Order: sequence, then structure tokens, then C-alpha cells
Amino acid sequence: MAQLLQHLINGLAAGTIYALVALGYTMVYGVLKLINFAHGDVMMVGVYMGYATAFALGREMRSSLVGVAIVFAVAMLGCALLGFIIERFAYRPLREKPRLTALITAIGISFALSYGFQLDIGFLPGAAPRAFPEVIAPVEWLVIGDRDVVVWNWQVISFGIAVALMVGLQYLVFRTRFGRAMRAVSWDHRVAALMGIPTDRVIALTFMLSSALAAGAGLLYAIKDTSVSPLMGLYVGLKAFVAAVIGGIGHVPGAVVGGLVLGLVEEFVVGYAASTWRDAVAFGFLILVLLVKPGGLFGRVAAEKV
Amino acid sequence: MLLAALAVLAAACEKKTQPAPSGEGGPQAAQGHEAAGGAPVDANTILLGQVGSLTGGQATFGVSTRNGIELAINEANAAGGVKGKKLALRVYDNQSKPEEAAQAATRLITQDKVVLILGDVASSNSLAMAEKAQAAGVPMITPSSTNPTVTEKGDYIFRVCFIDPFQGFVMAKFARENLKLDKVAVLQDNKSAYSIGLADVFRRKFTEMGGKVTAVESYSQGDTDYRAQLTAIRKSQPEGIYVPGYYSEVGIIARQAREVGLKVPLMGGDGWDSEKLFELGGSAINGSYFSNHYSPDNPDPRVQKFIADYKAAYRAVPDALAALGYDAARVAVAALERATDLSGPAVRDAIAQTKDFPGVAGTVTLDANRNAVKSAVVLKVEDGKTQYVTTVTP
Repeated sequence: MAQLLQHLINGLAAGTIYALVALGYTMVYGVLKLINFAHGDVMMVGVYMGYATAFALGREMRSSLVGVAIVFAVAMLGCALLGFIIERFAYRPLREKPRLTALITAIGISFALSYGFQLDIGFLPGAAPRAFPEVIAPVEWLVIGDRDVVVWNWQVISFGIAVALMVGLQYLVFRTRFGRAMRAVSWDHRVAALMGIPTDRVIALTFMLSSALAAGAGLLYAIKDTSVSPLMGLYVGLKAFVAAVIGGIGHVPGAVVGGLVLGLVEEFVVGYAASTWRDAVAFGFLILVLLVKPGGLFGRVAAEKV
Repeated sequence: MLLAALAVLAAACEKKTQPAPSGEGGPQAAQGHEAAGGAPVDANTILLGQVGSLTGGQATFGVSTRNGIELAINEANAAGGVKGKKLALRVYDNQSKPEEAAQAATRLITQDKVVLILGDVASSNSLAMAEKAQAAGVPMITPSSTNPTVTEKGDYIFRVCFIDPFQGFVMAKFARENLKLDKVAVLQDNKSAYSIGLADVFRRKFTEMGGKVTAVESYSQGDTDYRAQLTAIRKSQPEGIYVPGYYSEVGIIARQAREVGLKVPLMGGDGWDSEKLFELGGSAINGSYFSNHYSPDNPDPRVQKFIADYKAAYRAVPDALAALGYDAARVAVAALERATDLSGPAVRDAIAQTKDFPGVAGTVTLDANRNAVKSAVVLKVEDGKTQYVTTVTP
């Protein structure tokens, strides 16, 4: 029973991170119908920005509240800028080209980032994984029994940050002018442009927002698993993509549910079966969901005129 | 569409192999020319090839090995080369992936026409290379792949290190006799032939010696969250955990083991041997043990000279993989010198005759199965350093 509870907590911790990354996929897909395969790698770049910032701050500073805020702020702003640059120079010129062109560009950017960061020149970090500094010094928050269930402070803080980011996003999308513009673009960007919505600006802002979210999620991931490597983006990105599709790609609460479900499924498979089955079960689950509900758990299948 | 994307992804992967710069300033064999008997085109150069994990999860392995090999080749050239010719090394990266390793080996064989291939560290990669080398009749020496099946690929495949059954045996014996443990759990990397090999032998030997294996859990290379497995292991209340994986995962495993409340020592094999282990594991890895090929504390003057030379060239203390890379290259050089000519069969026969070769990671004698028979050391991790504990002989 205690073990079940512990697995539940671990699964939720992983799931909230998948959910945050999945939100980025879903938002970009919503406005552009583009699967931004570089999303996971943007996240990885954000983690390295946080890593560099944490070291620049020094040991004392980085574990203070202000330090943590600075680490997150630098990484998220830096990634927002990166997202802007990628959108402006890689995707925007291809806006009116067939969708596959942008998709392949996304894969290209993904590889450029994940393999570029394996080089060992200049500011690039090199291929070996590195230990992520303890920005949140681990303290046991709740201990049940003889350490049968342990909840750590960073698990609580991560969960809090993740929920705050999701609530903020929900507010932004459904309660602000920008959110309304974003939803209009996602409905049909040509018609939205005719209505006077600056679609290019909305799309750029969407990219910046999703990249900033990815950086936040990446930092939580690095804090959880105490390491950072140039290939982490490919792995987390793929899982989050699966989460977004399970939830119904393009659907904001769907991405959150998809992420949480995937995190829990993986944890239970590893805890009670074997880790070898984890990816098979995760992708099997995806296929199952798509068989029963082709649009994902929350997605609607729109009839497409041909 | 995902499938299509993944296909593109795979295709993009294959294009990534970049020729790494050779460590030699000397003349390079021109590429693409046909030459009789697979000998290099430039009559004054003997070209050797290396495939190593220079990037990817096991990057420090490949880099250390390359450094060791370069050092040996530079020394050989300084001493006049082989048969009056200079040696040159061509290195390809395999990104720590078997499929890339196979491709790089093919490239060395068909395009560069090397006389001999060195590499890799991870057994999965060496297995993929051995397949190609054996088929083409090009001798291959792996410095540090310890999985037995590597040399079983055929009579052109050699190694200068001991094999997994021995490492598993060493740790089982050490855990039982030195640490006096009765109950041990095993956490193995199911994606790595090396890890599975060590774990299997450890479990068998430890049980034979009267111990009990309380739990066997697994992970996959590249994972970063091991809490689920460690929570399950903790429930079985072991006195130690055998984690025969690679440093990139073991360091994180150590941290998370302490986090879920496992305070028992971890034990492992030579896959732990990297400076990165101490960074990734922090204080959590202290008090753990692993078996290895060599210890830099060895007072042997030959070892100390190697360490001094290596430090001068690369500003780092050589790990075991660098030492084995150095040994492998020197065994290769000695064999080339002995060989009647530079054809595949002649070089193969010359390597097979290697006997009592004084390496820095132990004396190398190749047995009938083309494996080196040598002793292992057990090291203890303490405050970011390794301490020599004991030597276990076959």
C-alpha cells in the first residue's frame, strides 16, 4: 500500500513535467498545425541556460528563493528568445509551403540543437551528461512510517510551479485579448488575418510562450533527475509528444491529462513489471487510445473537406 | 505521420557520422584509391582505424580510448614506426550506437582500407563492428569490451581485457568474502549486453557462494528516473546493490538510491570508470565498490611513466579505458612488427601469438579464444577519488 502511494507520487512528479512540455506541442499545433519536433531540444537548451546561470550565481545564491527565481527567469526568457528566433527564421519563411516542409525543418532544428550541443567548443557543453546543481536543496517534506513513503520538498515545489504555469496559461488563452487572438488564429489563420489580427505576431508569441514553458519544465526535470545532457530533449520531447497526442493534440487541458496519465502509466509499469516494457506500454497505450478515440482523449475529429 | 517522422529521423541519424580529425600530423593515406591487398595507398604509411563513442551517452569512454591509442601510436612513430613506415590513425565516431559503429567499421574497411581496427568500449558497439571486421577479414582488437560474445564472432577478433564472467565473479567473491554480504539486489541495464552479462554471472556466483539475491530490477540506458525500481529494491531489504551499468546512469542511480532511503553500498564493474561518475553521483556514490582493469595507484614504473606521459598530453589522469586503449594499440603495433606482411591473415596470426606482453593494465597473454587472461582490481569510491582495495586473480 505504502509502495503504491510512493509510486503514485513519483508518477505524478514525472507526469506534471510531461504535461508542461506537452502543452508546448499542443499550443503550436493549435495555431500552426505544425508538430514542432524541436520543442524538446529547445527545452534542453533552456536547461543548459539554467545550468550556466546556477553556476554563475554560486552555491549560496542559487539555493535561495531569489536565486531559484533568477535561474527560472533567465532560462525561460532565454528560451522565449530562442523560440522567437527559430520561428522567425526557420518556420515563417515556410508558412505557405506544404506542411511537410515545416515538419522536416523542425526535425532538422531538433538535430542541429541536440548534436550541436554535443560539440565541445566555446560555450557548448560537450556530449557527457552533467550533474545539475541543487538549486532546491532537498529536504524531506513528508515521511510516512519507516520511510515507506517520502515526499520531498522539490516534488511539492515542482508540482506547485507546474500547476501555477498551467493555470496561468489557461488564463492567458481563455481570458485575455491575446488568448482570443490565438484561438482565432488556431481556428483559421487566413480568416483571422482578414479580421485584423496580426497573425505573425500571435504565432511568434505562441512560440515564445511554449518555449518558455518548455524551459520551466526542463528545469523541473533536471532538478528531479539531477542531471542534464544534450540528448535529454529528444527523449522527453518524444514522451511529451505522445502525451499531447493521447490528450488530443491542440487541446490544452487534454495535454495536461495526457501528461499525467503517461507519467503514472510509466511509473506503474516500471514499479510492478519491468522497465523494459515501459516504452512498449507507453506507445501501446497511445495506439489503444487512438483506436478507440482517433482524436485523442479530448480531441474532436473534424470532418475534412477534400 | 509519426512513423514518417521517425523514418526521416533515422535517415538523418545515419548522415551524422563525421570523420574525426586524426591525431597524426604525419602523411595521410589518400582516400578512394584502389590498392592491392587492402594495404594503404601511401607506401610510407600504415593506416589503423578506430571506431569510438566520441559523442553520446558513453562519450568519455571513446575519448579516453582514443587518447590512449594516440599516445601509443605517437610513441611508436617517435621510435621509428613499424617496418620502417609511419603509423597513422583514422578515427570515426559511433555516437554510442551499435548501428553507427557497424557503419563506421564498414567505412574503415572498404573506403579507408585500414590494416587493423581498434575499438570500441561498449560491447554492443564492438559486436556490431566485429561482424563487419570478421566478414572482411580485417583483424580487430577491442581494448575494453568485456562481453564474451565479442571475440566469439570469429578468429579475426581479439581483446586485451578480461571478460564479463570474470568481472561478475570478482564482485561476487568480493561481496561475499570481503564485505561479508548475505543479501544483495541487482539493478541491470537491459539495453546493454555488458550489463546483462555481468549481472547474470554475479547472480549465479553469488548464489553458489551461499548468498541470496533478493531482487532483480532493470532499467534502460538513457533513463534518468530510477525511483520506481529503487523503491521496489528497497522493499526487498538488501545489504548491497549490484549495479553493473555505465557511469552516466550509475551516478544518478546512486543519488536516487539515497533519496529513497537505500543506504547500502553499491557495487559495479569497469563501466563505472569515469571522472564523471563523481560529478553525477556526488557524495551519494561514496563507499561504493567497482571492479576495474587497472589502478593509477599502481607503483610499477611502466604504469607511472604512462600516467606522466598521458597527463602531459591530455592534462588528465588516464582512466582504465585510456590504459586499455594504450595497451591495445601497443599490442597491435608489436603484432604488425612481427607479422610477415600486412595482409589480414598475417596480422591476425601475429596478434594471436601475443604472450606475456607487458601492458600498463596488466600482462596480456591471449588464450585460444582470443581473450586476455589477467587479474582485476577492486576500487572503492571515496570523496571523488578511487582507492585501491584489492586484486582478484582468475
